Amino acid sequence: MSDTILELSAAAAAAAIAAGDLDPAELFACYRERAAADPLNAFLWVAPPGPPAGLTEPTAGEAATPLAPVPLAVKDLFCTQGVPSQSASKILEGYRPPYSATVVARLGLPLLGKTNQDEFAMGSSNENSAFGPVANPWDRGRVPGGSSGGSAAAVAGGLAPWALGTDTGGSIRQPAAFCGIVGLKPTYGAVSRYGMIAFASSLDQAGPLTRDVTDAALLFSQMVGADPRDATCVAFPDRIGRPTATDLAGVRLGIPSDLLEAVDGLDPAVKANFDATVALAGSLGAEIVEVSLPHAEHALSAYYIIAPAEASANLARFDGVRYGLRLGGEQDLLSMYTRTRGEGFGPEVKRRIMLGTYALASGYYDAYYGTAQKVRTRISEDFTAAFGQVDLIVTPTAPTVAFGLGAVADPLAMYLNDFYTVPMSLAGIPAISIPSGLCDGLPVGFQLAGPAFSEARLLEAAHALEQAIGFDGAPARAGGTA
Amino acid sequence: MLSRHEVDHVAALARLALTDAEAERMAVELSSILEHIDRIRALDLDGVAPTAHVSDATAPLRPDVPVPSLPREALLAAAPEVADGGFGVPSPGASAQ
Repeated sequence: MSDTILELSAAAAAAAIAAGDLDPAELFACYRERAAADPLNAFLWVAPPGPPAGLTEPTAGEAATPLAPVPLAVKDLFCTQGVPSQSASKILEGYRPPYSATVVARLGLPLLGKTNQDEFAMGSSNENSAFGPVANPWDRGRVPGGSSGGSAAAVAGGLAPWALGTDTGGSIRQPAAFCGIVGLKPTYGAVSRYGMIAFASSLDQAGPLTRDVTDAALLFSQMVGADPRDATCVAFPDRIGRPTATDLAGVRLGIPSDLLEAVDGLDPAVKANFDATVALAGSLGAEIVEVSLPHAEHALSAYYIIAPAEASANLARFDGVRYGLRLGGEQDLLSMYTRTRGEGFGPEVKRRIMLGTYALASGYYDAYYGTAQKVRTRISEDFTAAFGQVDLIVTPTAPTVAFGLGAVADPLAMYLNDFYTVPMSLAGIPAISIPSGLCDGLPVGFQLAGPAFSEARLLEAAHALEQAIGFDGAPARAGGTA
Repeated sequence: MLSRHEVDHVAALARLALTDAEAERMAVELSSILEHIDRIRALDLDGVAPTAHVSDATAPLRPDVPVPSLPREALLAAAPEVADGGFGVPSPGASAQ
């Protein structure tokens, strides 16, 4: 029975519960057992045996119908009341917040576990976790992507029905691509950020990581809505229903050729898969149009000023006073700050705090931060112009498939993973990654992006394409190649 | 190329104690990242308005209704040091300027 239960998509499990055909306690027990035996290091905390905590009444959002209680895996950086929430950092080791993030409370789903991630969501491989790397369920010698690597690996590996992640520059989409699942980065402002341990506040968004587009639509539909505790979060204009489209008739898909050609590291096999997927979209009725995003190739440079600058301010709160680690408490205050932070943060987090502090420092501010903000304007203008010609823009999600653990040592080379995902983050627009096939047995992701608050259309188009692609994620759930 | 002096200055601003080895490595890595980033400084951006935030919503106001805060004990429970019902800190001591 448990194998049959584990094969159900989250939406199918929710429907079975609603119909009285599936006992939610049995569903939870099946997944809890899988998660507790985690062979991937995808979880940092797993719910104890017994009835799940957190099976609370969902708080009132805008959604009309509460979700059936399908267990949810939650990225470590979401605050969950009384449950460790550490953003995978030693500086927050053991921290149990006294409140839950709005999105976690709003969903009100049974909490299956907290998932591993890059420390403070800074990374593209999950190798920056203070609690060890995560294995990709398709090939355990490879990374799952990052920063939401634990959430992606847990869903792909069949350890969780669905998961929450966050995306600042690609942290939902790239791990979804590497693990062969669906990942949606919503429009900035669609989902409350209250209770997310912040990385870069003008970019961070929470979103679903799921086995298919239908699950993504279902979870996302219950996440949206204004929150008095996050002034940037607004009422979502549409109702997100179950996607039904099976063709792309009348949909104009833009191919940003200048962006595709701008990166040196685009794997020819990934490019071939992308071209084949675009051709498939054409056969489904989409009109394929070449568009230009002339400044998008500079998005990565702007991002690696803006995100670290915001991070350097956000992470100032970790100083050994209110929570988490304290070192050098017997010394003076300044020594306590510098020792706590010097030893509590990992190498990538320190690198980004340094980069951000440098970019904001007197004498460099205009040259770096001011310039990056202007490039951000240009990138948004490019998208606005392109969306005058097309409905959606498509790219590969990442330039390569999942790489080996330890294979990318140079920080700058690691940053290039985000080449296709960062432009949408800077523009604040929604984008989804769906699996579009395998290259050498490893999943490839196809990214679709639309104008702000176009998630309903984006999910319909992704659904049509998903049906035509017919991707099979079962090998990863069965354990992949060891 | 960032000098060791610049790295030490930025680390002090960021309240980060770096080991010698970390500081040396940081100079090399940050220089390589900044070299890549420097490309955007060649773009013609005259007259372009900076984007601090993509949201065009103006700061919304909520009803001014008092709601209870989290209990003091719950917030102090995670603190490394509690003193007199508040967060305890070491003396500013010699670092006070």
